[in-house]
Amino acid sequence: MEDDAPVIYGLEFQARALTSQTAESDAIRFLVGTQSLKFDNQIHIIDFDDENNIISKSVLQHEAGEIWHISASPADKAVLTTCYNITSESRVVTSSAVWRMPPEWESGSHESPDDPHNSHNPQSLDLLCHLDNSAHGNASCVLWEPMGDGKRVISLADNHALLWDLTESSTQATISSSATLEGKGQLKFTSGKWSPHHNCTQLATANDTAIRGWDLRTMKQIYCIENAHGQLVRDLDFNPNKQYYLASCGDDCKVKFWDVRNISEPVKTLEEHSHWVWSVRYNHSHDQLVLTGSSDSRVILSNMVSISSEPFGHLVDDDDLSDGEDNHNDEKTKEPLQDSIISMYEEHEDSVYAIEWSSADPWLFASLSYDGRLVINRVPRALKYRILL
Amino acid sequence: MAVSSRKRRVHGMLKLYYGLNEEGKTVDQAESLDPCDINGPHFDPEVYLNKLRRECSLGELMDQESCMVKQIRSLDSDMQTLVYENYNKFISATDTIRKMKNDFKKMEDEMDCLTTNMAAITVFSARISGTLQDQHAQITKLSGVHTLLRKLQFLFELPARLNKCLELQAYAQAVTSHRRARCVLQQYSHMPSFRGIQDDCHAIMDKLAQELRQKFRDGGSSAKDLSECVELLLQLDEPAEELCDKFLTHARSLSATPTAGTDILEFIDRGCNEFVSSLCLVIASYQELFVNRPQESNLAYKNIPQMAVGKLHAFVDSLAARYFSLVERRIQEEKSVGDNSLLVRALDRFHRRLQAVAKLLPGSAVPSQGTEIVVRAARERVKQYLAALQSFYLDSLTDVRQALAAPRLGGSSAGGGLPELLSSLSASILNQIKTVLASVHLFTAKDITFSNKPYFKGEFCSQGVRESLVVNFIKFVCQSSRQFCESAVDRGGSTPPALLLLLSRLCLDYETSTISYILTLTDEQFLVQHHSPVTAVTALCGEAREAAQKLLNHYVKVQGLIISQMLRKSVETRDWVNTIEPRNVRAVMKRVVEDTTSIDVQVGLLYEEGVRKAHSSDSSKRTFSVYSSSRQQSRYTPSYTPSAPMDTNLMSNIHKLFSERIDIFSPVEFNKVSVLTGIIKISLKTFLECVRLRTFGRYGLQQIQVDCHYLQMYLWRFVSDENLVHFLLDEIVGSTAHRCLDPAPMEQSVIEVICERG
Repeated sequence: MEDDAPVIYGLEFQARALTSQTAESDAIRFLVGTQSLKFDNQIHIIDFDDENNIISKSVLQHEAGEIWHISASPADKAVLTTCYNITSESRVVTSSAVWRMPPEWESGSHESPDDPHNSHNPQSLDLLCHLDNSAHGNASCVLWEPMGDGKRVISLADNHALLWDLTESSTQATISSSATLEGKGQLKFTSGKWSPHHNCTQLATANDTAIRGWDLRTMKQIYCIENAHGQLVRDLDFNPNKQYYLASCGDDCKVKFWDVRNISEPVKTLEEHSHWVWSVRYNHSHDQLVLTGSSDSRVILSNMVSISSEPFGHLVDDDDLSDGEDNHNDEKTKEPLQDSIISMYEEHEDSVYAIEWSSADPWLFASLSYDGRLVINRVPRALKYRILL
Repeated sequence: MAVSSRKRRVHGMLKLYYGLNEEGKTVDQAESLDPCDINGPHFDPEVYLNKLRRECSLGELMDQESCMVKQIRSLDSDMQTLVYENYNKFISATDTIRKMKNDFKKMEDEMDCLTTNMAAITVFSARISGTLQDQHAQITKLSGVHTLLRKLQFLFELPARLNKCLELQAYAQAVTSHRRARCVLQQYSHMPSFRGIQDDCHAIMDKLAQELRQKFRDGGSSAKDLSECVELLLQLDEPAEELCDKFLTHARSLSATPTAGTDILEFIDRGCNEFVSSLCLVIASYQELFVNRPQESNLAYKNIPQMAVGKLHAFVDSLAARYFSLVERRIQEEKSVGDNSLLVRALDRFHRRLQAVAKLLPGSAVPSQGTEIVVRAARERVKQYLAALQSFYLDSLTDVRQALAAPRLGGSSAGGGLPELLSSLSASILNQIKTVLASVHLFTAKDITFSNKPYFKGEFCSQGVRESLVVNFIKFVCQSSRQFCESAVDRGGSTPPALLLLLSRLCLDYETSTISYILTLTDEQFLVQHHSPVTAVTALCGEAREAAQKLLNHYVKVQGLIISQMLRKSVETRDWVNTIEPRNVRAVMKRVVEDTTSIDVQVGLLYEEGVRKAHSSDSSKRTFSVYSSSRQQSRYTPSYTPSAPMDTNLMSNIHKLFSERIDIFSPVEFNKVSVLTGIIKISLKTFLECVRLRTFGRYGLQQIQVDCHYLQMYLWRFVSDENLVHFLLDEIVGSTAHRCLDPAPMEQSVIEVICERG
């Protein structure tokens, strides 16, 4: 069972923003936003043909500015949000907007990446609406309501969390409620995650070394993990299957797993990276698979069986007990998996700021490093079969 | 046949008497077969004559004849003489026989006379005895009556006599008398008079027994009295079991329980003197009384010794248990670890005194229990010493911490006294260990009685001292060091970095020499024989090394973090788009260099220099060309062609292709250069990441250029591979240029001027 080699795709620009097309469940498709101060920024739509191991891309112009964060609507494939920098009159402002991809991007035949024609005349994104946050400061990220109908987003801007309602086919955005983080000093949300549990009424945010939970109905803080990490918390992710479990990563090179009902100690801590961990992602279907990307240019796939929703250890059914010999062999080959690193991917040469699982294929993920290298990798087959069988 | 053979024998005997040897004749036959031998038996005169006539001349014949005649004559006369002599003898023999005949006749007459006399005497005697018979029977009967009467008198007098004995306290005599009469009285008890006597006697004897028991109970009497008492009571058929019980109950009250003393030695002393010696006394007298009794006494006593010994054991055990629990409680109170000799001496005395019990009572469990107590005490002691060592260690760490925190005298740079602190710390720890070892060693001293017990020879040395004291302490040191790394991470360095560095060096020293020294010392002092598996020196060294590594890594992390934090703040808080043209190196950079220098000094105090890659004398100049203007020109010139992606990044990508991946938070080696490299790596990487999150104006880029050049000038000397610094600074400037709205780099010469001026 040899594993397929990773597929590498190079962008012309530096890039930090990566998302999978959440609403797409058939094609393996990732969206990458570039960062360039000089040139028009782009959104690369990267399609991966799993059978032939071929990448095809289409490029959309994002003329508004360099993209710091991108996220795709869970309801409409064509809708996405970006957080971008605008530089005007020696001022740098980060704002966010909802965009629609032009209808042709999909019908327009997928060009091979090095087709000059396509690259020369890229199409532009259609602006649906701005999430006007000029009153609230610089946006750091926009979160769609998980599994929602694409009508609600949250944007994090400086120390505000704003809940927007998108109306009239997302062309109008109004703030329905907001929460503000109070405290001394300049507080700033670095990252956040909308919990898919509890009827999507909870939000987790990170600022400095703390992780906070919010109830969206009241917009009040419900928990706060002070000093969750020794240094800045960079990213969060909710376990898709266990409602109280949360993963976080940060500048102390650690990945921590929390049970928000008991926040005094992390449930588990991983210390495998040798520099800041910028991103952590649970696999959408098999939550023992945890992906982390770090500025040590490594991506690490870990198997956290002990805190996953999968039954931990070997469960012996009554049937198994009845016929001995056959199962004995089975048991040997099927020892319970331990918490472990599955593999360390070293295809990147610069800091990896974003990683994302594919929304279509649970065994596939993409990682993006600052130098514009996108790597598509798969979970090792051996492990895949062990989990499945 | 028989007659003829007898005849011949007689004939032979006669022949023998006369010198005629029949045998001789036959024997001599061979030589005297010659018929011519005139003396031979086969002499044939005819042959002889013929021979003579043939051989001899006439003259000779004449001579022969005359000679022969002469011989015949002499033979004749010899014969006549013989015959005559024998005749005389016959005559005298005949005379003697005739005389004897006469004598015998006279004797026969006398004998007859005697026979008649004897018959007369017999008749007389029979008549006398017949008359005397009646009288003799009477006498015998009388004498029997007399004896009986005497016995009866004794019996009748017995009560009075017993009473008198009682009055005089001549118990022994009373008991003997009573014993003599007892059987008789028992036998004739059906007769009323005897019954009366018996009852009287019983009453008296009961009283006597009462009195004896009283005496026995009073106990004030001497051991001899006591034993007499017991003896008598035993003879009185008093149940031996009860006596034993009574005796022991009595003894129980006698043996005073030791009271709590002021110090342990005094306590044990008192315990030994009061309890153990009285216990010994009791055992001895008890054995005298019940166990070692000569078996002369009657069958009833036969199983007494066994029973008595059983009781004694139970008694001693129960008493000893009480005593031991007291002793143990007292030993447990002995917490102060100051002077071990007192405890050891106390235990020794305790143990020694118990040996006396062992001698007196061979099968007793008491001495072994005592030994167990000693063993437990020793074990407890070792534990206490471990705790003491640990607290000593922690105290000294606190001292070190205070010394580090205290304002430095004489204005010496950071961690000026580090080597002194380290050496004093390790010396004091070592001293403490030695002191403890010396104290513990008392347990195995030759003059201590229990030191030759197998526990103290084997397990105490190997498991007790070596493992649970020394090895555990070393493990504790390593472990507590590791804890400094773990607990301090989240709190952002509550442990001063200098302490981490110092501990790291301490652990490293332990790994290289101290551990093996301590263990060798222990093994030598205690002559440890490794019966059971013990922790190997290498395992401990490994642990120490691991701890040292962890501490040093942590040190690097903490120091790196401090510098990182400065850099991060400086990048994050500034408005880089609207900054002014750089005139100076920013103060933060100077601070970074200063801090790095002081860290360098600090580490240099404890760690060796380490190896660095060779570099040319003017490395700062040379390396500066790495991001010199010529290269930057190509870099920042817009040359965007979609077919050739990222021209601007090409250089750095190529560079990366050939350079190794840099692990930022990677383990460091035990030398200064490696430590400094680690710290600088962390700091610069932070700088890089922070820069990438910002947007810069033209002067922002130039400021970064100046800053990086400044860092370049000073940091290269600290690291093992200066290219690393160049590479990272290159990356920083490169990334800044990327994030710059108006990338117009500053002239190299200007940068240099600014830096040198700064």
